[in-house]
Amino acid sequence: MKRIFFVLSTLSLLGLLQWGVTTLLLDGPIRQGPYYYQILILAGINIVLAVSLNLTNGIAGQFSIGHAGFFAVGAYMAASVSYYAGPAIRGLVGFLPLAGQDAAVLLLALAAAALATALAGLLVGIPSLRLRGDYLAIVTLGFGEIIRVLILNIDAVGGARGFSGIPKLSNFFWVYLLVAAVIATVGNLLRSSYGRAFIAIRENEIAAQAMGIDVTRHKVLAFVISSMFAGMAGCLFGHYTMYLHTNSFTFVKSFEIIIMIAIGGLGSIEGAVLGAVLLTVLPEAFRGFESYRMIIYSLALILIMIYRPQGILGQASVLKRLGARMAARRSAQGNVPVTAPAADGGNGG
Amino acid sequence: MESFLQQLINGISLGSIYALVALGYTMVYGVLRLINFAHGDVYMLGAYFGFYLSRILQGRTPYHLLDAALVMFLSMLGCAICGLLMERFAYRPVRRASRLTMLIIAIGLSLLIENAGQLIFGANPKFFPQLIPESHIKLGGLMLTNQQVIVLLTAVTLMILLNLFIYRSRTGKAMRAVSFNMDAAKLMGIDTDRIIALTFALGSALAAAGGILVSINIPGIDPLMGVMTGLKAFVAAVLGGIGNIFGAVLGGLILGLAEVMVAGYGSSTYRDAIAFLILIVILLFKPAGLLGKGAVEKV
Amino acid sequence: MLTLSHVSTRYGSIQALTDVSLEVEKGSVATLIGANGAGKSTALRSIMGLCQPHAGEILFEGRKLNKIPTHRIAAMGIALVPEGRAVFANLTVLENLELGGYLQRDGKRLRLDIDHVYEVFPRLKERMAQMAGTLSGGEQQMLAIGRALMAHPRLLLLDEPSLGLAPLMVHAIFDAVDRINREGATVLLVEQNANLALKRSRKAYVLETGRIIMQGDSADLAKDPRVQEAYLGE
Repeated sequence: MKRIFFVLSTLSLLGLLQWGVTTLLLDGPIRQGPYYYQILILAGINIVLAVSLNLTNGIAGQFSIGHAGFFAVGAYMAASVSYYAGPAIRGLVGFLPLAGQDAAVLLLALAAAALATALAGLLVGIPSLRLRGDYLAIVTLGFGEIIRVLILNIDAVGGARGFSGIPKLSNFFWVYLLVAAVIATVGNLLRSSYGRAFIAIRENEIAAQAMGIDVTRHKVLAFVISSMFAGMAGCLFGHYTMYLHTNSFTFVKSFEIIIMIAIGGLGSIEGAVLGAVLLTVLPEAFRGFESYRMIIYSLALILIMIYRPQGILGQASVLKRLGARMAARRSAQGNVPVTAPAADGGNGG
Repeated sequence: MESFLQQLINGISLGSIYALVALGYTMVYGVLRLINFAHGDVYMLGAYFGFYLSRILQGRTPYHLLDAALVMFLSMLGCAICGLLMERFAYRPVRRASRLTMLIIAIGLSLLIENAGQLIFGANPKFFPQLIPESHIKLGGLMLTNQQVIVLLTAVTLMILLNLFIYRSRTGKAMRAVSFNMDAAKLMGIDTDRIIALTFALGSALAAAGGILVSINIPGIDPLMGVMTGLKAFVAAVLGGIGNIFGAVLGGLILGLAEVMVAGYGSSTYRDAIAFLILIVILLFKPAGLLGKGAVEKV
Repeated sequence: MLTLSHVSTRYGSIQALTDVSLEVEKGSVATLIGANGAGKSTALRSIMGLCQPHAGEILFEGRKLNKIPTHRIAAMGIALVPEGRAVFANLTVLENLELGGYLQRDGKRLRLDIDHVYEVFPRLKERMAQMAGTLSGGEQQMLAIGRALMAHPRLLLLDEPSLGLAPLMVHAIFDAVDRINREGATVLLVEQNANLALKRSRKAYVLETGRIIMQGDSADLAKDPRVQEAYLGE
């Protein structure tokens, strides 16, 4: 209960802050440069994707390579809601000003996306998380591809033509609100007993099980949360670009997200953010030599993995904090009285 | 009925190509427990080696078949060298790192080869030259091309050779020992690095053969042709039980047949999904694959 | 023949061996006894190069073994029968033996060597076409030792050969080890079963949490009250 309050308060605080910054910024320089604005939006969406994937891949150590599939489910689900049910929703909340109606439609779409992807995550996760390592990678890859082919065959969402006519409802505010939400959620999870369970599972599943951790339940939880955020990112993506095509959701996109977290440092939130920003901004910087871009990317990825497998930032920050806390707690349990670090909701469970 | 038989032959033909590529996945997985995502791209490289070599070599010998065999052999050699380079410079440095690291490197390698391929070969499809003039063979009511027959025979021959190598030769035995227990293999005096390198070379050569055989039947080649085929061959390997040589062949054939049947009698847009559908079904109900052992990973 | 001087080995972040020195004389049977987790296996693995000591020196017939890859150490004439036997379960008995003679390229000699192993362990001959994984524990131990013999090792390292075997089988195995020793191989035996190990060896070392705490002639150690209390259960 305490944790929920904590999450909520963090969220609302961050949201408020974000809103303040946004209103200032939106009237400022960002409006003037639509090009930079677009990069900023895409960076935000990539941050959500990277941080959420990092929860499964980096923190819980379950290697999923189908994140683009969940991204797609969310994007198409949300787009269908606002495209087909949008007018009806507006009618229901007709008493609100236009901006309020927009928000209502978007929120409903967002909720639908979150629900659909959480469900999809549950469906894929429950059976496949019993498998381990490579097999999970394979199943998630297969799931991503199946989703793509299915969407390609659903005429109501445009099929191979793509889905056009999606209202432009998403903007800097919503995207960065989601960024704040995902960082707060994953960050809090990491500091909670869940986080310790995730890390225990990553480090040694058998030992984690022996310690009484319900391994499957925790894995599924991480997976579902992770997919849910990918779906919400999809919603905001579709409502920004106003057009969706399955080509944006191939496994290459999944690989891209993996590269982001691998470059930034598997398991580190800061790393995922950095990786996402780098991989959004760098292509723009290299726009002149498009054909070399992916070569440089992939080469950089290989070299980083060989020479600095912990990524640019590594897990040091997160693990160090955790290690310090555990050490403090251990000595606190002994007879030496040590002032434990300020309680942060991490003492539950 | 005849059209069914026709489909059957097409399916086996496609399946044998999947099998050739799947063998490389399965062999590398066997020795390193690594899904070598770049393997499909080696298949693409094989097709391009074949493309450039046939421009040079075509008509140099008195027989078309000899031309073709030469192109095939040299492409296989070229890809074997690529496989060796990959192993030496990308995978060997991280042999002791986590498998995740290796997997990410595999993804990086795959992207690297694809994009370098687009830069070097051009992104547009190229037309693979006809190495062997097409002629038709009538078999009852069935219409076969000589090319289909050659593809099938070559694939089968290669698989038999591989089988003999793995189960009869001293090095093949060493390879099986390495895939079963790397440390114990070292204790026998086996240079495991050499065996691993050889595994990459062999797998890559087979992928090259697959790339050329497929181009004989379907002559359009492009730098991304290895992506889908690679994935499907990988599915074939998992379907049969990854790490299992017979499994790879069986998986390849099942997948080839399933795909041709779905395309022939169902919707061709679902053609690409069937592979993954089969994959997920098999992983849920028999995760070790049809012929695999030891399903859910132990310690 | 084999000398370890001041060898320390880490296993991940755990210090598994600290400053271990020991010597095995040519033609003898030496033993290394100690409780579970004392570092016995790590000592053998360090000799074979399966893990690298971070300090100290390992010499075999005057040649330094540190940093030499395992397969080359095997080629120098040392064979390890690993703990838990590690036979190639998906290969036949015959294939396992052939792999043991991997470095023997002369087919005729290989046959002779296999015949010799069959003579030492007649049971293996009966089972030659069987998958090694289907053998009983004792048979697998025979196979593991036979496989090691195929390389004509001058030094044979045995890691817990008695583990999990019935007493009768244990004696059969140790008789075979005696025979191998008489035929010229030097033996370093690692055992939890100290009683047996002290009876069958000339010199013994006692390992405790990675350190050698006692050493001497096996007969003397068997009489030592501390050894009797800690390892012989008397």
